[in-house]
Amino acid sequence: MNLFARCAIALTSLTASGAVLADDGSFFQPKTVMFLLFVLATLALTYWAAQRTKTAKDFYTAGGGITGFQNGLAIAGDYMSAASFLGITALVYAQGYDGLIYAIGFLVGWPIIMFLMSERLRNLGKFTFADVASFRFQQTPIRVFSALAGITIVLLYLIAQMVGAGALIQTLFGMSFEFAVVIVGVLIIAYVTFGGMLATTWVQIIKAVLLLFGATFMAVGALYLSDFSFETLFQSAIDKHAKGEAIMYVGGLVKDPISAISLGIALMFGTAGLPHILMRFFTVPNAKEARKSVFYATGFIGYFYILTFIIGMGAVAFVLGNPDYFNADGSMIGGKNMPAVHLAHALGGDFFLGFISAVAFATILAVVAGLTLAGASAISHDIYANVINRNASEKTEVMVSRVATVVLGILAIFLGIAFQSQNIAFMVGLAFTIAASTTFPVLIMSMYWKDMTTRGAVIGGYLGLISAVVMVVMGPNVWVQVLGNAQAIVPYSNPALFTVAIAFAGIWLFSITDKSERAQRERALFDAQFIRSQTGIGAEKASEH
Amino acid sequence: MNQQQIEKIKSLPQYQQLVKERSRLAWQLTFIMLIAYYGFILLIAFAPEVFKIVVLGNTITLGFPLGVGLILLAFALTGIYVRKANRDFDRMNQEIRDEVQL
Repeated sequence: MNLFARCAIALTSLTASGAVLADDGSFFQPKTVMFLLFVLATLALTYWAAQRTKTAKDFYTAGGGITGFQNGLAIAGDYMSAASFLGITALVYAQGYDGLIYAIGFLVGWPIIMFLMSERLRNLGKFTFADVASFRFQQTPIRVFSALAGITIVLLYLIAQMVGAGALIQTLFGMSFEFAVVIVGVLIIAYVTFGGMLATTWVQIIKAVLLLFGATFMAVGALYLSDFSFETLFQSAIDKHAKGEAIMYVGGLVKDPISAISLGIALMFGTAGLPHILMRFFTVPNAKEARKSVFYATGFIGYFYILTFIIGMGAVAFVLGNPDYFNADGSMIGGKNMPAVHLAHALGGDFFLGFISAVAFATILAVVAGLTLAGASAISHDIYANVINRNASEKTEVMVSRVATVVLGILAIFLGIAFQSQNIAFMVGLAFTIAASTTFPVLIMSMYWKDMTTRGAVIGGYLGLISAVVMVVMGPNVWVQVLGNAQAIVPYSNPALFTVAIAFAGIWLFSITDKSERAQRERALFDAQFIRSQTGIGAEKASEH
Repeated sequence: MNQQQIEKIKSLPQYQQLVKERSRLAWQLTFIMLIAYYGFILLIAFAPEVFKIVVLGNTITLGFPLGVGLILLAFALTGIYVRKANRDFDRMNQEIRDEVQL
């Protein structure tokens, strides 16, 4: 079972337990107060952002005026989900060193994004990654493909986030699952519809700062109790953990070389194909700020993953064995994903538990807002304004985007409730696999390979999409664990190694065999695209305000 | 950009140098990252016992400096690229823009 499976199962298992943490019945607990403060602050922020969101450029890219440092924080806020904070600390708590292996996988895509993509994305794109992918190609087929792949990724990711969010908020704040999901949906609709990318960006920045601050406090707290010695911290963890010294080594999560490499490919190149992440590169004024934002993002995300490891080990040392945090049957109160939350309480009492609960909520909102905006943009910019109605005014396009946001928000609420007790463990893994096999190959080939044509891009992209879906469905995570069959048809839970290869091979084969006149024209346009991607001449500028 | 401008830019030595230097650096750093990460993955798959070697005190195994080192490497590589780009590539780019008045 992979990490995604573990995270999602742990998150969904919360719903079954129905446990409520440290609820003394009073409304004015620290966590409720901090939760309300966060909601009020973000709504005020949305009001401010709404005054500044008028044009399509404002709505999709915050006017292109976000600095590299701000965007670096926002990327970190967009990427570090509640599943990675709670999921990776829980994985370290359960498995030790193996948790660090996964954390590394989530980080190593970032340098690749910087070296091969960030500057070119900024120089070629306008509002969505499809602007880049379709730069010199026929608009309709590439836009439709990009939107379809993008929305599929967004929906899978969104369902996983909503179900996890409902369960987490239910546990932390004692609300019903449905009510929690509705709150998340309504807040997201408010942020994105009125405040567009500007509100989304600042929600992500605030969340990143809160999360980094909270995680730092917890790591320092765990080290403080260990006299600031890793030796002491690890020794107390080894003494308490059932696996003993084995938590310090590579465990059983990585079984065979094919699965290991395949997982690495899904994590590394999937990161480079996530629509809500790619969209962030159009919010900065130029290529220089684009690459700077990846530098800061890599620093923040890397720092965060080092902290999650210390926090996980801290939870072994200071939560494991403390009867306050366990049910009578020995299971952890609130479910398997709660070690970080309990450690917050062990280190900083009710006040800090409240803070971390509010941070977890903020984390969910920031990620879901980014996803919703990316999905709405695919509908309004790629499908509506570039396929259905090419003469649409900017005003109409923004209007469509706002309507799409509301629809997606409501859809997210329904999907969250519909999938509440389903096994959704495979969804984030599938989203990464699809991103690595669709948007990533089409984007990278369109930017680097002169001979690519519309036919190659579309057929290769769809082959990647279909093979990713089929191989994951026939693999152990869906075929056995969801559908209940005894034996998986595809033995690998991460088929990215094959599906990414299929996509690239498809793009190559159906491009070089494309002898049409249109293909010749598209190849001839490469020079102009390449010069713009290198120099930024002709690139979109930031708006003046 | 029209065809004339495209030919003009392509013929500029600064442009050729920019493309060459930037591509070389970007691919070099990409390969370093790929080799480091997949080397780490292959080590886990084929030689997991390496991770049991204790390198510091009684508990800190080789896996920790390797894992944390990989995270720091990723950050350092992005820093190298930004530094080089800020120092050289932006200047070359500006020269190209001045040359073609765009």
